[in-house]
Amino acid sequence: MTVEQIPPGLVLIVGAALLPFLGGWWRSALVLLAPLAALWLVWQIPDGATLTTDFMGLDMIVVKGDKLSRLFGTIFCIMAFAGGLFALRQARTIELSAALFYAGSAIGVVFAGDLITVFVFWELMALGSTVVIWSADTEAARRAGMRYVMIHLLGGVLLMAGILDFVIAQKSIAFGAGPIHEMLTVNRPGTWLILAGFLINAGAPPFSAWLPDAYPESSPTGMVFLSAFTTKTAVYVLWRGFQGFDVLIWIGLFMVFYGIIYALLENDIRRILAYSIVNQVGFMVCGIGIGTYMALNGAAAHAFTHIIYKALLLMSAGSVLYMTGKRKCTDLGGLFQSMPLTCICGIVGALSISSFPLTSGFVSKSMISQGAADQHLAVVWFLLAAASAGVFLHAGIKFPWFVFFQKDSGLRPPDPPWNMRLAMVLFAALCIGIGVWPEALYALLPLDVKFKPYTGYHVVEMLQLLLFSGLAFFVLLPFMKRTLTISLDVDWFWRRLGARLAHAFTVRTNRARGLTAERLQDRMAKALEAVFHLHGPKGILARTWDTGTTTLVIVGLLAAYLVVYFL
Amino acid sequence: MDDDQDKHWLVRPRTIRRLWIVFAAVLALTVVAGLFVSLPGHFKWDGEFWFFALYGFTTCAAMVFGAKALGLILKRPDDYYDD
Repeated sequence: MTVEQIPPGLVLIVGAALLPFLGGWWRSALVLLAPLAALWLVWQIPDGATLTTDFMGLDMIVVKGDKLSRLFGTIFCIMAFAGGLFALRQARTIELSAALFYAGSAIGVVFAGDLITVFVFWELMALGSTVVIWSADTEAARRAGMRYVMIHLLGGVLLMAGILDFVIAQKSIAFGAGPIHEMLTVNRPGTWLILAGFLINAGAPPFSAWLPDAYPESSPTGMVFLSAFTTKTAVYVLWRGFQGFDVLIWIGLFMVFYGIIYALLENDIRRILAYSIVNQVGFMVCGIGIGTYMALNGAAAHAFTHIIYKALLLMSAGSVLYMTGKRKCTDLGGLFQSMPLTCICGIVGALSISSFPLTSGFVSKSMISQGAADQHLAVVWFLLAAASAGVFLHAGIKFPWFVFFQKDSGLRPPDPPWNMRLAMVLFAALCIGIGVWPEALYALLPLDVKFKPYTGYHVVEMLQLLLFSGLAFFVLLPFMKRTLTISLDVDWFWRRLGARLAHAFTVRTNRARGLTAERLQDRMAKALEAVFHLHGPKGILARTWDTGTTTLVIVGLLAAYLVVYFL
Repeated sequence: MDDDQDKHWLVRPRTIRRLWIVFAAVLALTVVAGLFVSLPGHFKWDGEFWFFALYGFTTCAAMVFGAKALGLILKRPDDYYDD
């Protein structure tokens, strides 16, 4: 086996298995070095399939490389490293182990050359991420993790059903030979089943609620990992499998505004950031739907930069949660005084997600808008511009303002321990580095297309949009007073309606069972009584007879015998 | 104004007033800058130098009020699912 045949994700999965047996420095070394080793392996994989195998007559391609796979593989490894550094001394071993397993499975998906391999790693990812959620070890996390895994297993079932239809139609399991909606056509159920399976993991409607439901229940460090892999792996498979499918433009735009509106209503800081994951993935899904080289490169680049700044935001929020134990806007405020580094890193992440010039978000998101403009998609372009302003509103200002400024909550926690600080500084530096020198990122992008982000037009457009969005925020602040509320979502149907129906069903079936049992018991009792009447100690058939009666009966019988004999 | 000396300098009313002035100046500057760059104007109005300022403000206001209106229907106490 040569080095380019080793699946890079395997290093992390093996590392995850070894981790529980190690302690002290060995444990730290494994958490930090396994992602770096995987990163090195990612860059050993050339274009084309390197590891193939035969499984029940199917040609499986376990490792297949190209620029897109390496781009996602690279950012997943960087993310696993920084997340590991952030969680190094704070997370439980089971969480770190599950996170490595989860990251390794995600890398497995992006190097998979066939649908079965995609499916296998897809399901492993669902298992790893569920354990990361459960690692928070609270009742709320246990329940949320259960809801999470149900939705993801549903997604897996839809995906598998779609893959079966694909195999029937194509006689092949190869993934990435062309867009699935063109190979299968939109008339085959397989197209829609595979799309649905992919979209559930992307946080698309109607199942977006799993994300803001489950992720914020994880530990302060857990959500940093969770934010990166599941949704971005979904972006990867949509990019490969459904590029240019115009349904995705509208699904993406829906996700963008869903994220903004729900985040504006939300009080929990990590749930605000969870809604903004849906919002950002919406931009990518929209870009994939537009499907031009510019938009596709933009979607891939945005996935890369998004992983970094969203993890940074969640590290900042996780630090606050870790140091204060509080997660609601209404309980926080004024923390900039005692947590300056966490505040500055949070602001860098917030500016990046808002795609402020000189940050990473700017150099990636403007490519998606450019893609819409090039295609003269006026409505899409105007909606994307409004959404860019909305991102600043719901995440860019709202998050730092309510956590670090707003009112003085009286809390004065210090910045978090050194490893958490170091991870934040590393990702903040990457956010600015990519924003200032985008060429390095552009060189990694899958398609060959020229784009200049820093033109006077782009910069002025974005600054006007964002700064006036900021003005709107502060002018309308009285309308955004935080309340101790949550917002209903589609998950109401299973968390409330479904639960109530199930409860009513249980109560009624219980009652019916009780009644039936009672009646049955009644009848049994009566039947027993009848038997007792006949066979009991004094029953007709069981009682003892006195000698006279017995003699009389025998005489009667003999008489009857005589009569019969003479006849 | 003695109380103010106890507060962090960033949250004293005087600093906040100054920040608003700086913010207003920056806002004006970005609009003026629109005059000096060539805006391609892919569509109808987006070539105007003030367009994105107005668009950014109004769409954000619309989103805030839209969210507020939806909130009337969707908001529940945060222990809603706890029973």
